[in-house]
Amino acid sequence: MEDNHRKKQQQKGPESGVTRRHFLTGAGIGAAGLVAGAPVATGAAPTESAAIIEVGEMVPLTLRINGHPRLLLVEPRWSLAYVLREKLVMTGTKLGCDRGECGACTVLVDGVPRYSCMTLALEAEETEITTLEGLLEGEDLGDVQQAFKEHDAFQCGYCTPGQVMSVEGLLRSNPDPSLDEIRLGVSGNLCRCGAYPNIFKATRRAAELKRGKGDRS
Amino acid sequence: MTLLGSSPPRPDGAAKVGGTLRFGDDLPKEGLWYGATLRSPNPHARIRGLRWNPERAPKGAVCIIADDLPGPNGVQLLDDEWPVLAEGIVRHVGEPVAVVAAATMLAARQALGAIEVDYEPLEPTLDLSAAANQESLYTLELRSGQVEQELERAHLLVEGTYHTGYQEHIYIECQVMSAWWEADDKLVVEGSMQCPYFVHRSLIHVFGLPAERSVVKATPMGGGFGGKEDFPSVIALHAALLAKACDHPVRIAYDRHEDIIGTTKRHPSVVTHRAGVDAEGRLQAMEIEVVLDGGAYRTLSPVVLSRAVLHAAGPYRCPNVHIRGRVLRTHTPPNGAFRGFGAPQVQFAMERQMDRIGRCLGLDPLEIRLRNVLEEGDKLPTGQVMDESCSARLCLEKAARETDFQERWQHLEAKRRAPIDGESMQGVGLSLYFHGAGFTGNGERVLQSVVEAALLEDGRIEVRTAAVEMGQGCDTVLPMMAAEASGLRPEDVVLAPPDTSRVPDSGPSVASRTSMVVGSEVAHVVTEIRDRILDWWSNSQESGAAHTVEDGVVRRGNGESWPFRELARRYCETEDPLVVSRQHEPPEWQVFDEETYQGVAYPTYAFGADVVEVVVDPDTLEVRPRKVTAVCEVGRVLHERLCVGQVEGGTLQALGWGLMEEVKLEAGHYLNDRLATYIIPTIKDSPEMEVHLLERPWKGGAFGAKGVGELPMDGGAPAAVSAVENATGIEIDTIPATPERLLALTSAHRQVPSGPQDPKRGRRPGG
Repeated sequence: MEDNHRKKQQQKGPESGVTRRHFLTGAGIGAAGLVAGAPVATGAAPTESAAIIEVGEMVPLTLRINGHPRLLLVEPRWSLAYVLREKLVMTGTKLGCDRGECGACTVLVDGVPRYSCMTLALEAEETEITTLEGLLEGEDLGDVQQAFKEHDAFQCGYCTPGQVMSVEGLLRSNPDPSLDEIRLGVSGNLCRCGAYPNIFKATRRAAELKRGKGDRS
Repeated sequence: MTLLGSSPPRPDGAAKVGGTLRFGDDLPKEGLWYGATLRSPNPHARIRGLRWNPERAPKGAVCIIADDLPGPNGVQLLDDEWPVLAEGIVRHVGEPVAVVAAATMLAARQALGAIEVDYEPLEPTLDLSAAANQESLYTLELRSGQVEQELERAHLLVEGTYHTGYQEHIYIECQVMSAWWEADDKLVVEGSMQCPYFVHRSLIHVFGLPAERSVVKATPMGGGFGGKEDFPSVIALHAALLAKACDHPVRIAYDRHEDIIGTTKRHPSVVTHRAGVDAEGRLQAMEIEVVLDGGAYRTLSPVVLSRAVLHAAGPYRCPNVHIRGRVLRTHTPPNGAFRGFGAPQVQFAMERQMDRIGRCLGLDPLEIRLRNVLEEGDKLPTGQVMDESCSARLCLEKAARETDFQERWQHLEAKRRAPIDGESMQGVGLSLYFHGAGFTGNGERVLQSVVEAALLEDGRIEVRTAAVEMGQGCDTVLPMMAAEASGLRPEDVVLAPPDTSRVPDSGPSVASRTSMVVGSEVAHVVTEIRDRILDWWSNSQESGAAHTVEDGVVRRGNGESWPFRELARRYCETEDPLVVSRQHEPPEWQVFDEETYQGVAYPTYAFGADVVEVVVDPDTLEVRPRKVTAVCEVGRVLHERLCVGQVEGGTLQALGWGLMEEVKLEAGHYLNDRLATYIIPTIKDSPEMEVHLLERPWKGGAFGAKGVGELPMDGGAPAAVSAVENATGIEIDTIPATPERLLALTSAHRQVPSGPQDPKRGRRPGG
């Protein structure tokens, strides 16, 4: 239990170190180091708690996100989801659990769906990262986004970014998935509103849209 | 007009799929600090000492405990019994004892280590059986006819005790709230909530602020399901207290673990039935006891119990009914609002009881229901006479017909009795249910909801309500209703953001009431603005008034036509600002006596019948729902696709609750406090869904709509469990029907009776 755990922490005192849980979820510390070029929003102010826990040093990192290189300074412990949301203010990527359980944070890494909350930003170096924002074609929605909108494949819309990215990844590897393949493809994305029937329809429609474009080209 | 019932796209659709819609934790805020919560590790303990040691905390961090509160230590819901922060005593594991804020999330979490608490453990009451001898949090009683006498005289007495478990909301967006103080001591709170004015009330209660100095803004919600009805007031108070102390905006964003251990859930229930039936299976008398586990504090439990008691006899005719309801206090986290609000628990019990009565008499689930189904002219236990909008039979017959229910049920019963080795077990089950539309009893009368509309300079009409979009689609449907009533186009209407400084209190987004109550008032105020402008225009013309408005265009008898917006723009140029407001009045015939529980508890009811087909693995007893056929009569379908979506989503939540979702507690601690261990249905668990919407417009308003949000939550679980019984012969009176539970029931030889029972011998009380 977390509370027991926390109690032990209290008993031992904070100098006993960072728990894994704090390590993973407490990724709110430190400044976004902007090395050069890319438009990075200002992050949180530098921490005043350095005397209590030595956080890792910043390391330079280049991430290719939606086709654009982003040069950053990151702490090695930061997740890709954290960097996207908090440092690059790309809030299309959502967090629902921060534990690799719900799928809301799904992005494509080299075309393959990955939970960005379970991917360290450092791991994503030298890969091609695609986020929900990257599926937009200028002002227009991408095929999967368009199909989701047409078929109302969401209600509250919070899991939707992850669902869309999983379907995008699925269709890139399998342009004409069967019902069971669709099931498998988005089985890592929870939707509590229960919009699954429309997600099936939207996925089929997105496959059609993509194939239509393929035929034309 | 053909607008209502069609399926135009959601106005927020592109923003949702494109990632530009900003939820509560997506909003940037200059100088934002982060809040964290210190929670009780004990289910019940005295706080002997509580000390904040700033030297051990990150520099600048602040801490708030109960002593620091500027006003009453109570979250204002029905009363203010629920503490903002524990004071002297903790009553559940996870209860907030102190809150801290610091410049970063990590620093805030570190600051928790600078609080020292000395607890003296006390004896906890951890379950309903232990709580039964203690004082109830709330009790209710409803009585009609001569129950004891009729139970004595009945041909057959059937008893049963039915248990339902917790359900955690698992909105994918966890609770999140930001607060800051502006000049002149003005408090602003912004976050994910269903009821901005509930939060507002708590803030002014605790801070003693005049109403206008507390501003509450609801962000788009990443799911609510009732979980953001009561709890946001707690987290809003925490954030506001911290913001005051540190002089920064403060955001509290729960992570999933914290959201599960710290927030309210669906009340577990134990419902005991004693029914007397005649030889044909007609209900003569029912004695029903409803017990809910309220957890540590009262929260909204009294109104949950009220709805439970009022739905406990189901959509059935029975002249003699005695229902007693109690909410008991346990040292577990408080339970609260969850889609259905007590009705799913009691209707699970009632539906299982109907199946049991049927089996005792050798009647199938359809036949026993057909013999008892509530019809127009029948009375509910409250004395309310059902009007022509009662469609229980319509739903039941349609569901049975669409699925060949009777034949297939009989066939699968026979197949079960002569199993073929290695074949999976199949079953089909049925449920019939109803849901009272809107607030219970005199709720709407007390609420005095107000809706406002104002003419904008560009000629559009701004509609001001506190209704919050959480996926249910109010931002889509409210403009459609306004357009249908006024002849304008939905795009001529713009919704003001649900911000208490901009919109009046149109009540909470709960109880399936938004379309029915808020929507009908929206239709009125927009029509009134239209009329005022048309009157002004007619008066400014030489010829008389006759005109029609269609599709946003005003046409006069002389053939002249103008876009409404053009006229409205001209009105704005010369006239004073035009604002219209209207208070909702429930129908005058809706009178309910809160003392005797007699009268009209709900102005109307929506009805539904589900048929669920399952496959059960004979080795693991894992249940797979294969198909659900849901027939719902919702008065009037306002937006077909959204309406079907509500039924599909609610049904899936009901299947999750009935078959897989289980909160496990040990010594007051949640054992499965994450999504990997608290299992909700994924797309692989989602069966094929066939939804049939029926319409019997309700005469009371809202174009006949009765409300649909909660209805589907009532039917899925009993139908699924009935199907498991049909497949396996295991008599199930407890949900979730997990494989482990089914195995335990098998080992205990809990099998359904093989044929009709002896009259008078009755049945043993279950479980």
